[in-house]
This record gives sequence, C-alpha cells and structure tokens, in this order.
Amino acid sequence: MPTDLWSQFDAAPLALTLRVAIVATVLALLLGIALGWVFARTRLPGRNLLEAICMLPLVLPPTVLGYGILLLMGRRSALGGWLREHFDYTVIFHWHGAVIASTLVALPLVLKGASSAFAQVDRNLEAASRTLRQSRWSSFVRVTLPLAWPGILASTLLAFARAMGEFGASLMVAGSIPGQTQTASMAIYDAVQAGRDDLALMLALVVSAVSVAILVLSNRYLQRPTP
Amino acid sequence: MKRLLLTLSTVVPLLASAQQLTVSAAASLTDAFKEIGPRFEAGRPGATLRFNFAASGVLLQQIAQGAPVDVFVSADQDTMNRGVNQKLIAADTRRDFAGNALVLIAPAGSHIKTVRDLATPEVKHVAVGKPASVPVGHYTLQALEKAQLWTPLQPKLVFADNVRQVLDYVARGEVEAGFVYRTDAEIAKDKVRIAMTVGGLPPVTYPAAVVADSRQAALARDFVGYLSGAEAQAILARYGFGKP
Repeated sequence: MPTDLWSQFDAAPLALTLRVAIVATVLALLLGIALGWVFARTRLPGRNLLEAICMLPLVLPPTVLGYGILLLMGRRSALGGWLREHFDYTVIFHWHGAVIASTLVALPLVLKGASSAFAQVDRNLEAASRTLRQSRWSSFVRVTLPLAWPGILASTLLAFARAMGEFGASLMVAGSIPGQTQTASMAIYDAVQAGRDDLALMLALVVSAVSVAILVLSNRYLQRPTP
Repeated sequence: MKRLLLTLSTVVPLLASAQQLTVSAAASLTDAFKEIGPRFEAGRPGATLRFNFAASGVLLQQIAQGAPVDVFVSADQDTMNRGVNQKLIAADTRRDFAGNALVLIAPAGSHIKTVRDLATPEVKHVAVGKPASVPVGHYTLQALEKAQLWTPLQPKLVFADNVRQVLDYVARGEVEAGFVYRTDAEIAKDKVRIAMTVGGLPPVTYPAAVVADSRQAALARDFVGYLSGAEAQAILARYGFGKP
C-alpha cells in the first residue's frame, strides 16, 4: 500500500505551500523590519494604536481576516473593481490572495521580534558609528541590523512556519483550486472531507516534519549565549 | 456549593429525560429544515432537534468517524448508498422524500444562457461543488462530462465545500457562473438568475434514513416518516422542492 500511495502522491500542494510561504515571509520581513524599527526607535504619534492594528491578525479569527480581504479586494469592492477594470487582475481565486493572507498572519511575529531586537541594540554603538562619519542609513545597515539580526531571524523562521500553516483566510480568498491555489493545508482538508484518510495522513506527516525542522532551527537562533 | 448542587439537580434530570435528535442534513435543505424543525418539535413534547448542515459527503464522513448522529439526510443516492454499504445506515429505514433540479446560475444581469457559454473567454471562473464530497458537484461533473466540457473547463473551475458556498461565490460576483439546485437559486433571487435548468441527468432525489448507531431510533424513525407527511411536504414545496 505505501508504494501505491506514493505513486499517486501529488507534490503540487506542497510546492505551492512553500512558494506562498517564502513570498509571504519575505514581504513580512521587509515590512516587519521597517515597522519594528519605527515602533522601537521613534515617537511617531499613534504608534501604539498602529502596532495594535498590525498585531491584530495574531488574535483575530482567520474568517474575519478572510472576510476583510474579500471586502477590500473582492470584485465588488472599490480597490478590487479598479484593479480588475484597469489591469484585469484579481487576487480572488489567485495564489496572490493566499500570499496576502499569509503575509498578514506572519507580520505580527516578525514585527514583535524585530522591534524587541532593535530595542536591545546598544545605542552607544550606533552613536560611535555616527562619529565615524557613517550616515544614518549606513549605521543602520552596518551596525544596528547585524546586531539585531539573530532575534529577527528567529522570529522570521516562526513567521515562515505560521505562513505555511495558513488555512482559513486563504481558503476564503484564494479558494482550493488543485494545481493553482490548493496549498498543503487545503489538500489535507479536502482529503479528510472526501474520506481519503491515507492521503490526509501522509500530507499531515510531511507538513509536520517540515514544521518541526523549522521550529528546531528557530529555537537554535533564539538561544542567547550565556554570559 | 449548595446553589451549585441545586442547579445540577434541576439540570441533570432534564438532560436525561429530554429526547435530543441530531439530524445531519444536506446543505441545500438548510432553510426548509429550519422551518420544519419547530413544527416537528411542537407535536412531540420533550423532543428537541439539533441540525448539522454540510455537504452530504462531509456528513457521512463525520458519521463514519463516530459522530453521534441519529438521522442522515443526503442530497443524492450515491452518498446514501455508501453509508448503507459501510453499514453506517439502517437500510430498511431509508426513504426518499423530496426532489430537486440542477441549474446553471449567473450573477443578476449576466448574459450567460447555456452551458456552452462557459467556454467563452468572458467566463474566467465557474464555481462547482467538490465532486468527491459534495453531491451538487457530482451532478455537475456528470452534466459537464456529458457536454464534453469537464476537461476543457478544468482551469476555470473553483471547488466549493457545499452548495451554499457555490451560491455565495456567484451572488458576490466573484465567479461568472456556478451550478446549484433550483431551490438554492430561489432563495437568492435578487442576486442571481437561473440561466438554464440542466436536463438529461438522473433525477436529484433526497433520501433520509436512521443512522445505525442512533440512541433515539424510535424518534429518528418518526422524523424520517414525518418528512414524507403532509405538513413537511407543504413546507418543502414552498421552498421549491419537488416530489421524489
């Protein structure tokens, strides 16, 4: 039976899951670093509220997130209608929809990790780099970012794992179209619904194995050297 | 503490004496059954109905995994047959009580008229039920295969978890067309229009049966019989269901 099962094993959902998770994590990383720095280092008015809004996807039910994306980007919405009319583009039933959902759920993790990592960087080192005639940008890239990097990387790995597991919002926005928008989590859901327990179990094992590997990696970076 | 015991002593006997019947029914029956439920309860003091609506295939899967269900109502014969073959259903209690028709729907204002129009480039997405677990999807597959459109339309198909999700996709205008039952199209008349009724298929009939493991077998039998009675039939007819 195992050989039989492997022969009908479809790698497309797993490949799509990785593609969605990688793109979403990169987007979340860029956004997370920028916002994390703003929240850790600036006194931007209303930043507490803004931070709370960015953290929302962590606690909101995925259905609320999915419904929100549908309301904002759906065909009948202003933005969705405009994109469709001018560019013939829509994220609904498109893998980009899954990327948006996954980015939103991954962002809070990167953001929290980045802002606490930035807060822990010794500001004297930045000041020293500034006295050596480095620009603000140059000190950020050559001093602040490298010092904060282990913390950011650990939270980014967690965010990647979270993006891989996104299900509810992606299902509402991108649907479960085999070969196009069906990620591993959706393929598992479909297999269970159709009574294909063997297929569901196999996919579940593969996803679990990948997730454990990522979490182990993430823990390694999170462990701080003891003084 | 005393109050807690007092509360428990009043609640526990109630739970023990109440006859609760769990009915797992096809999603397309949602509105009609919500109206039938209170009428059934009204004639049987102490009996309460609990409905669980989803795609028939999903419901059968839940029963197979041991969900405490008393009555199973499917939107097709195939799913009920699977239940009988797996010995999950008391076969002698099975009874057809309603009929329906497969229709092609489009958002209000659309110009789609027939199944052939789905192949045109203006149609980007067509919503269908998942054929493996959603009866309306299986009926759709049969219809499109007969029209030799199932394979060519593959890239456009969006698979839904149940018939009501297909209806929602069309009503929101996220897809250009979809396949549902006539009764589903009726309840969203303001948002969708029926482009055509799909003919030449085995008839859509709804069988109900008592689940083999039911602990309320007598009441479950009563409910299955009630569905064929005049009161329930009148409600079903009002929602557009036909005779089996």
